[in-house]
Amino acid sequence: MTELPAHVVTNPRLGTWVTVADGLVEVHVGKVELGQGILTALAQIAADALALPVERLRVVPAHTVHGPDQGSTSGSLSVFQAGPALRHVGAVVRALADPSSPGYVDRVGALDPDTDLTTAPTAGDVPAAAVGRSEPRLDLPDKVLGRPRYLSDLRPEGLLHGRVLRPPSPAARLRSLDPDWKATGVELVRDGSFLGVVGEREVDVDRALEQLARDALWDEEDTLPDETAVAEWLRAGPHETIEVLDEEPPEGALSASYSKPLLVHASIAPSAALARWEGDRLLVQTHSQGIHQLRAAIAGALDLDPTTVVVEHVENAGCYGHNAADDAAFDAVLLARAVPGRPVLLRWTRADELSWAPLSPAMTATVSASIRDGRISGWSYEVWSTGHTSRPGSRATPSLLAGAHLATPVPLPQPTDPPPARGGGTTRNAVPGYDVGPRRVVGHRRVDSPFRTSAMRALGAYFNVFAVESFMDELALAAGADPVELRLAHLSDPRAAHVVAEAARLSGWSEPVPDEVGRGLGYARYKDKGAYCAVVAEVAVTSSVDVRRLTVVADVGVVVNPDGARNQLEGGATQAVSWTTKERVRFDRRRITSTDWEQYPLLTFSEAPQVEVHLVDSSATSVGAGEAAQGPTAAAVANAVHRALGVRVRDLPLDAASVVRAIEQSE
Amino acid sequence: MELMVNGSPVALTSDRDTPLLTALRDELGLTGTRFGCGQGLCGACFVDVDGTVVPACQTPVWQVEGASVTTVEGLSRDGEPHPVQQAVLDRQAAQCGFCISGVLVRAAALLRDEPDADADRVAEALDRNLCRCGTHRRIVEAVLTAREHA
Ligand code: FES
Ligand code: FES
Repeated sequence: MTELPAHVVTNPRLGTWVTVADGLVEVHVGKVELGQGILTALAQIAADALALPVERLRVVPAHTVHGPDQGSTSGSLSVFQAGPALRHVGAVVRALADPSSPGYVDRVGALDPDTDLTTAPTAGDVPAAAVGRSEPRLDLPDKVLGRPRYLSDLRPEGLLHGRVLRPPSPAARLRSLDPDWKATGVELVRDGSFLGVVGEREVDVDRALEQLARDALWDEEDTLPDETAVAEWLRAGPHETIEVLDEEPPEGALSASYSKPLLVHASIAPSAALARWEGDRLLVQTHSQGIHQLRAAIAGALDLDPTTVVVEHVENAGCYGHNAADDAAFDAVLLARAVPGRPVLLRWTRADELSWAPLSPAMTATVSASIRDGRISGWSYEVWSTGHTSRPGSRATPSLLAGAHLATPVPLPQPTDPPPARGGGTTRNAVPGYDVGPRRVVGHRRVDSPFRTSAMRALGAYFNVFAVESFMDELALAAGADPVELRLAHLSDPRAAHVVAEAARLSGWSEPVPDEVGRGLGYARYKDKGAYCAVVAEVAVTSSVDVRRLTVVADVGVVVNPDGARNQLEGGATQAVSWTTKERVRFDRRRITSTDWEQYPLLTFSEAPQVEVHLVDSSATSVGAGEAAQGPTAAAVANAVHRALGVRVRDLPLDAASVVRAIEQSE
Repeated sequence: MELMVNGSPVALTSDRDTPLLTALRDELGLTGTRFGCGQGLCGACFVDVDGTVVPACQTPVWQVEGASVTTVEGLSRDGEPHPVQQAVLDRQAAQCGFCISGVLVRAAALLRDEPDADADRVAEALDRNLCRCGTHRRIVEAVLTAREHA
């Protein structure tokens, strides 16, 4: 083995990765199940690495004491980072415990947990048995049969339920609450503007929360921009400039501007957490994407020794980025502090989940280029946004919501962007993947955001790909070229050209469609180094934008679990149709007003398109599939709308209002 | 307050205005029925009450006095998963699975009432169930497959 995997270097103890209990080899991973099926994919990799069938393994959820620190589960990096580490661990285990003779699992159990993985001998590679197979998801039977599995199903001895009353608007401060405030069956927890209740019965805490909401009085302020002029607000600054490229392109002859509204994660479960203070130890169960960062943030916010804080991952509903999981964990910690020794199960309300969870930023961009004789010559792209990460651990500050409301506040940092090496945020996929001559690409991050914006699936790539790929079609139209031909003529990477050509072929690109129907294509390579993905959308535009069918072609390198990868791509594309055609966080100058499913509607079953996913056979390094399809899907839908309607809609969402506005502007 | 839950008689001590969802999860420990919104708008808490699918979060327990309630835990028959549960597993028609309890209860009722439902009808019947993971089409396919065994 030439180079040691990074996560083995940082977690060199064998016992951190592998233990044996009840005749099963327990594999401890630092990556967490978010509904994406990662534990199954990692079980497949571990099974092959250990030369065992999947049934002889148990994948143990991430734990800050008993498992490795593998950073956060984000950025489509899990298989890329955890795969090599598990293969190395398995190679050491096989070298030390000889899988070929009986009693292997017992011998694994007898290995010294302090074995140093960085110096231990390793056995040679074994052929893949589980990897490449569509293993059924290990977690689904519990979920489909209604067994306890999610965080909110935990029922430890002595359980108390908890709720937090969030302020009514982002800048609100508690003006007054009766010092003798009481409600049946609950205890009030109060620290500055942070208010919560704990009680034995869920019905009591729910009722007490309603009563508390009526009784607490707040000072509020208008701090939000005009919802109808967010793009202008983004462009006005103040900004931090992100210079990505400047090859001094000539001024472009064609130019267009695009925009995207704020979006919210909108997971079907509100965030939840369980916390318990036991003497000077604090135990937290959370659905956070990064349990180690969360531990550091909690310890930082409360001035605790991090080694006294134990954090364990428990599954919740789907997680699509930095949602309120970490905030909920901190809420639970604050509530549990008032009832030492008792476990407190905290759950957010739906309204808070839609208005207080971190949001996906609004964005706007202007792109210009020239095209002559079918060749694009020169490309300028400027994009404006607020930051794409507020994650705990992304700054020196804890970045936990309740911190801002405490009597001694721990303020929230301004959102920032992940570093370019991790794909950036505002400028993720801002550089076109085409040979377009000299380029200029620059980002502007507004640095005084009143919204707490953060990472949502694909970050800036969703919007940047929408803008770049919409503009490619605008160029094709100007040049009188077929959009697929134009792309192929400007793609020198054969893997890129392949997914585009395949998507066109499989979707029947050149076959005629009825009048009100259009076909459009979008393509990108996620983060410029991840999965290649091309999508063709078939859209009917009548009184609304009806996405009927998506053809998705993706090259994700070696596929660990083909059906799992397809499920992620289908889900990612379908979710992107929801973002693209329906979603928009609503607000007035004071507060977010889209606080229920009627004001923040999601794609319904009747509206969900048929999705056909084709995976390219590849022996390249595995990369994630969960964030590859969002941008290409948005662009494919927009380009299809243009072909159906003859009008270019540049402002997301592509709903009836947006279409009508674009028609009016074009007249 | 007495009622039948998944074929067995139960007596609830929760007061009359307690939402059925809270009584199921907190008093009876039946956590398979999920809390998604508490506002009757997501379907995560759907249960079958005497043949009608209702959001348990919007159903006070006084309304189900003497009724027969079926939750996701009660869909299986003789220890075997309900055909629609089996079809969802076979098709791997879930991602996070949080929506699936309510979807299964709705789909099981549909297949009982309209065994010939086609794809459009299945999708329409599920329009009050929200799925954020984008598993919609797989779920519809799974329900269609289950028709043959339901
Ligand atoms: S939780 Fe009952 S409908 Fe959403
Ligand atoms: S599978 Fe996650 S909400 Fe439906």
